[in-house]
Formats: sequence, C-alpha cells, structure tokens
Amino acid sequence: MAAEYKTYTYDVLVVGAGGAGLRAAIEAASAGVKVGVVCKSLLGKAHTVMAEGGVAAALANVDDRDSWRVHFADTMRGGQYLNNWRMAELHAKEAPDRVRELEAWGALFDRTSDGRILQRNFGGHRYPRLAHVGDRTGLEMIRTLQDHGIHSGMEVHMECTVLTLLLDAGRIAGAFGYDREKGHFILWRAKAVVLATGGIGRAFQVSSNSWEYTGDGHALAYRAGAELKDMEFVQFHPTGMVWPPSVRGILVTEGVRGEGGVLRNSEGRRFMFDDIPDNYKNQTADNEEEGWRYTQGDKNARRPPELLTRDHVARCINREVKAGRGSPHGGVFLDIAWIKERLPNAAEHIKKKLPSMYHQFKQLADIDITQVPMEVGPTTHYMMGGVSVDGDTQMSTVPGLFAAGEVAAGLHGANRLGGNSLSDLLVFGKRAGEYAAEFARKNGTAAINDAQAEGAARAALEPFDRGAQGESPFAIQHELQERMQALVGIVREESEMRQALEVVAGLRKRAANAGITGNRQYNGGWHAAMDLDNLLDVSEAITLAAIERKESRGAQFRDDFPGKSDEWAKWNLIVKRGGGGEMQIERRAVAEVPAELKQVIEEMK
Amino acid sequence: MATATFRIWRGDAKGGAFQDYATEVSEGMVVLDAVHQIQAQQAQDLAVRWNCKAGKCGSCSAEINGLPGLMCMTRLNQLPLDKPVTVEPMHSFPPVRDLVTDVSWNYEVKKRIKKFKPRKPDAPDGTWRMQQADVDRVQEFRKCIECYLCQDVCHVLREHNKHEEFIGPRFYVYTAALEMHPLDVEDRVSELRHDYGIGYCNITTCCRQVCPENITITENAIIPLKERVVDRFYDPLTRLFRVFTGK
Repeated sequence: MAAEYKTYTYDVLVVGAGGAGLRAAIEAASAGVKVGVVCKSLLGKAHTVMAEGGVAAALANVDDRDSWRVHFADTMRGGQYLNNWRMAELHAKEAPDRVRELEAWGALFDRTSDGRILQRNFGGHRYPRLAHVGDRTGLEMIRTLQDHGIHSGMEVHMECTVLTLLLDAGRIAGAFGYDREKGHFILWRAKAVVLATGGIGRAFQVSSNSWEYTGDGHALAYRAGAELKDMEFVQFHPTGMVWPPSVRGILVTEGVRGEGGVLRNSEGRRFMFDDIPDNYKNQTADNEEEGWRYTQGDKNARRPPELLTRDHVARCINREVKAGRGSPHGGVFLDIAWIKERLPNAAEHIKKKLPSMYHQFKQLADIDITQVPMEVGPTTHYMMGGVSVDGDTQMSTVPGLFAAGEVAAGLHGANRLGGNSLSDLLVFGKRAGEYAAEFARKNGTAAINDAQAEGAARAALEPFDRGAQGESPFAIQHELQERMQALVGIVREESEMRQALEVVAGLRKRAANAGITGNRQYNGGWHAAMDLDNLLDVSEAITLAAIERKESRGAQFRDDFPGKSDEWAKWNLIVKRGGGGEMQIERRAVAEVPAELKQVIEEMK
Repeated sequence: MATATFRIWRGDAKGGAFQDYATEVSEGMVVLDAVHQIQAQQAQDLAVRWNCKAGKCGSCSAEINGLPGLMCMTRLNQLPLDKPVTVEPMHSFPPVRDLVTDVSWNYEVKKRIKKFKPRKPDAPDGTWRMQQADVDRVQEFRKCIECYLCQDVCHVLREHNKHEEFIGPRFYVYTAALEMHPLDVEDRVSELRHDYGIGYCNITTCCRQVCPENITITENAIIPLKERVVDRFYDPLTRLFRVFTGK
C-alpha cells in the first residue's frame, strides 16, 4: 500500500531553524526565491537559545587593536590549524557586518559607555571580542532572526522532522519527513536544501545539548552520499553542572570565567596555572593578580589560564578529578563569589552580569553563586566535525545540498573557540542561503523518486508493527549514550574505541528490533525510535575517525598517543559511505594556507 | 529510594482523563525528569513537549498541581509528594495530546504586530549609539522565552476566549519591547487600542506572577502601553484639539 503524504514545493528548503537555518532562510527569501523551513521543535526554541556568552566579531569597540587578522589567527590557533582556512578568513572578515545587521533588525546588545556594542573576553580570543546580552546572547539572536524572518515570506513547518533526503541522479531533489503533532508524512520538493540541524550531543550521556541534537543532518547527508569531515573532534565544554544528577551537563557559561571566576581543586589550588601549553605561554598570565586585572579590562594584562581553550581546560579538570582532587560530586570548584574581596557590591554585579547563571543554580541546585563556589565538570557541548563544504558557498559534495552552522565542518578545525559558534551561524547561514538560492535559480526542478519516499515511510512505521514485542527505543538510546561517554569520551584509547564499534554494531541490531505502542500523534517513543539510526551513524563515524587519528590534538585526546604529531597535522579525516553501504574513512590533505594568511598567523604568534 | 505518584492528563482534542503513574524519585529531580522517566519506563507514547531542560527555551509549560509553570524548573522538593502530583496541559490552548497543546495562535498573533523599524543610523558607518540605561528597560522584555504561561493564566483568554480580539500579555510585552526600543520609529498605539484589545486587560497581574523570567509584565509593559493609548485617545484636551483640527 502506498504511504499517504502531503507535498510542498519550494525553491530552497532549509532544515533546521536555529541561528544558521533562520539566517539562511532570511537570505534565500531576500533573494526572491520560495523558501520553506523545517523546524524540529516550535519556532524559536532551537538550541541557539542556550548559547550564553556571546557572538565573536572583531568590531574593535572595546580594544582597537582587534581586527579580522587577529580573529583569524586566534581561530586557526584554537583549531590547531586543521581549519578550512578560507572559512576562517571569511568568518573573521564578515562577522562584524553580520552582528551590526542584527542590530538593524532589532537586537539589543549590552553597550559601551560611548553607546556602542559592548564586547567581553572569552577563552582563546586575544582581545575582548564577544558582543553579548548578559548571559542570554543566543536567545537575543534567535528571537531577532525569528521576528525578522516571519516577515520575510518564508513558510515554517514546525515540529516536523526530516527522515531522508531525496535524490535525483546524485543531485538533491527534496526531503521526506513527518509532522509530529499529527503524525503525518510530508514530502518537500526543493531545488536546493540547506542543512542547519546542529549537533550530535545526544550521542553522549552528559551533554549540554537539547533532545533535538541527534546528529540528524550529519546522518542525512552521510546517507545521501555527502562527505563528513573532522568527525573525531567533539568538544567537551569544561564547565557543566554536576549536581544534582538530574541537571548534570547543563552548561555553565564561560562568561563566568570571563568575569573573573576561577577554577580550584579540593585543595583550594588554582590548578590551571600548573599547565599552560607552550603556544599560549606568551598570552597567558603567570600570576593571579595579572589574571584578575585582565578580566577587569586592563589592556596590559594577559588572560588568566582559566580562559585557555576549552579542550585544554576540560582535560585539566578531568585530570584533577581523576587524581582525587575533585569536588564532592565529581567536578571541581568554579568560584565567582570570591570577587567580593575585590569589588564593592559584588553580589549585585554578579547578578547583573550573569543573571541566568544565578537563576539556574539558585533554582536547580539551591546554590547562591554570589556566596559559594559552583561545582562543575566537562559536558559534551559541540561538534566541530560535520558535512564537508566548500568554504565560499557551503555546498557539500552532493550538488544542491548545503550545510551551515554546527552541522558543517571546517571553520573550527580541531577545537572551537567560545563565541565563534554564534558568528559561524550568521556568516555561513547567510552564505548558504545566498548560494542555495542561486543554485535553485540556475537549476530546474529535480524528479522525485516515489519509491524512495515510500521506503522511508515503510521503515518509519516498522516499530509500530513490532509493538510491545520490540525493545524500548529509550533503553537503546540510553545504552548508546552511556557507552559512548565511557568509551569515546574526553580521554580516548584504541582498545576502548574498538569496543565502542562493537557496541554500535550490537545496538544497530537491537534498533532494528525496536518496538513502540500507541498512535502516531506526538508519540515520543516513535520519535526516539526514528532518531536511533542517526545517533548510531554519527557514533560510528566519531569512533572510526577517533581511532584513525593516532595523536592528541584539540578536542581529541588519546591516552595511547598523548602527543601532537607533525605527520597528523597534514591530514583531515573524511568519512563517507562506501558502495556496499559500509562506512569508509580516508585521509585528505589539509589545504595549504595562502602565503599572505600564513604571514598573518606568524605575526600573531 | 522514595516513590511518588504523578497524576498525568492523558487524552487529545476529543477528551481525556487523569492517569496515575508511580515512579522513583531522587535528589534534585524536577517534574520533567519524572515525566521522562514515566515515558521511558511505563508510557512510551506519552506526549510531552520539551527542549533545553534548562529554563531557557520555554517549551515545557504545563499546569502542575494547578499552577502554571515550566516542568523543567519545578523541583520535586518544592511539592508535597505524599499525595499525587497533578500534571496537565495548559488550559488556554487547544489540546493536541497529553501534555502538548496547540500554541500556533501565538505565532499568528505575532505576525500581526508591526515589525521593528529603526531610525536612520547615527554614525556614517551605518551604526547606532544607545546608552545602556536606555537599553535596560527593553532588555527586560527581551528576556521573554515565549513559554506562553502568561497567556495561559490570563482570564481574558482562559475564561473569556477573546483570542480574536485580544493578543495577551506575551504580545503586550513584545509590543512594549518594540515601542520602547530606542531605535524604533514605528507607531503601534492605534493598533493597541483597536486591534490588540489592550482595553480588556484589567491588570490583575496574574501574568506577572507566573512569568518564569520574572518580567514585570503588568507594571513595566502593559500599564505604560495603556497610558500611551489613553494619552492618544482619551485625553480631553487632545480630543478637543482633534475636534478643531479634524485630526
């Protein structure tokens, strides 16, 4: 029996409505093409709302020594030079315009005393660079894009999920998915598709990511034949909540450290001073006094070691905990309350600068952060790896399929700097929208393969056939998260990762036997069952790439290969689907940085 | 480990009933944790809308023991667990299924409100200058996470179903954010009176009391907007002036 589905036709279909998706949709709509947006949740709820610290752009409002050149060099250094240099260049050059544009659309950033956009310090950024709104910058950004976007002519399909991309002779033709509120299937025909689905955090147990982050775009692109890149690089944010258990993983913004918060172990020691990497020595304070002055805007001071890159801080915290110097619930202490020794009205100052953090700890952990230290530990936060794209157009290796934001790879290399994600969404969301619209104008409508849609519908409904006889999809998901956390987490080792591959293979068999009950309307179990394939595909890709890279670099730390290797500095890893459906991995030489940009990097060292 | 009972509304647009689920509870749990646990262990198809589980996205609005709140921010240790905890969907919106309601009306309302229109840039490079003091007030309104709890509790919507004529507290806050935006030059005062129905609000402050972001909805947003409407349409001198000028 043929599956029933509704059909919609667009020039450009954007999958995902966070910062990148909305920015892409706005751009495509302004180019005059018909735009549809598929949104896994309600509009305005995407993971972008959780971004706290700010958006990185070399506006040079607070420190006029800043420029795109410094931002470019910071981004490349943070990414350990595996970045797509072209993306890093475009990002550094275009981020200031993208931020100013938000202001023209109604965003209200915090101000400098002369009335311009205020910027704050953040890890790995040489100068205060993050435009922000207290600690709710992501909310400001998504609301601005949402409120501007709804008047741009885009059509939004809320609470819909794409299950497969449709192809016509290797070119994109549309997408097939379902509407959660009603449980109906939908086919979207489109000349170009932009993936803006975010990350993969839900493949791990401790995560700052929302339920939506199941690697949908990564897996959809992979199954459509696109190449994935840098999949071994999963960012563990150093500071997530650790207690109580139900809130474990919720993000504690880096802004706490930017405002003067310090990390201490159970002995009261600021352990970050004990391990400062050589390539950051020149830029890092070697005493507490200098670090404090930096956070208070002293331009002659160097930044405190708490503001080193996230990969490094996360590992240091991990080391303290493993060495038995952790806090009572398995983290370390993050103390902002101490600034009362330095500032009058410190409590009010903290509440003003970090209102959501104050609120979050007060409400969820009964802790007043203006009085006592927080307990924090690493949490799965961000995926550097993703769909391999052209730096200028954001098109993947599948014609007509674009990707922007977290689902795309390249800008961040082996490690992302805080604040570079929100700017990534804006810069490359815009570019993806622009070039997708152009692709749609230049190319006609592709043919739809009905059999592919039928097949996807049939597969989606199978868990109902198995009903209560099948295994609970939640049990399978929880086990995957627990095993990935244990075996492919912050510190990795080959034998454990080999085990992880076996776990994934075993869970695939169990996923094929998942069963659910009830009807199709807003069925949480059904949705969980359909997410499993995506989670398993990204888990396998992460593990394969992590095994292959036999060195420690950026977010990848190998216990069995603890050093950085000059040989591995030359390679990115590509994951793609082989002819027999098996997952393949190959090395691809890192593109050479042009001489003038090399010089920029050298000057900033 | 202790066990608690959750009395959850199960049903759809055609009707439904409360059903009891006993589940284990542990330190620090919030209502959403309990609902998820029940979903994973006892009722896979239980419909619940959520995203961030950190009070930032405003998706998991519900009525817990009769009080509107976010499930992710309501801790079990704030509730009496010796009797069942009731969890039901918001009442002001049509039920979809179980705890999920159809909030699409809110999205339609927002589209009707005139969009942001900035004044000409202040500086030759196309940028503006604003003082933090001028931005503070609007930043309060922009904290809104669109959980629609204020809409849920507002009697004009909840009891009187004035969804056609009245936009509700969320969208007065939204309108206030636009009207008081230092750069905005659009005029929405006439619409506030004629299309947005602000006259229906009799400032009972219910909305302000349930706002999870502690936005002072009534005093800082709605009353100043009412004052603008009054100044424009009900000031006797202005009316007299209008009689003579015909404006």
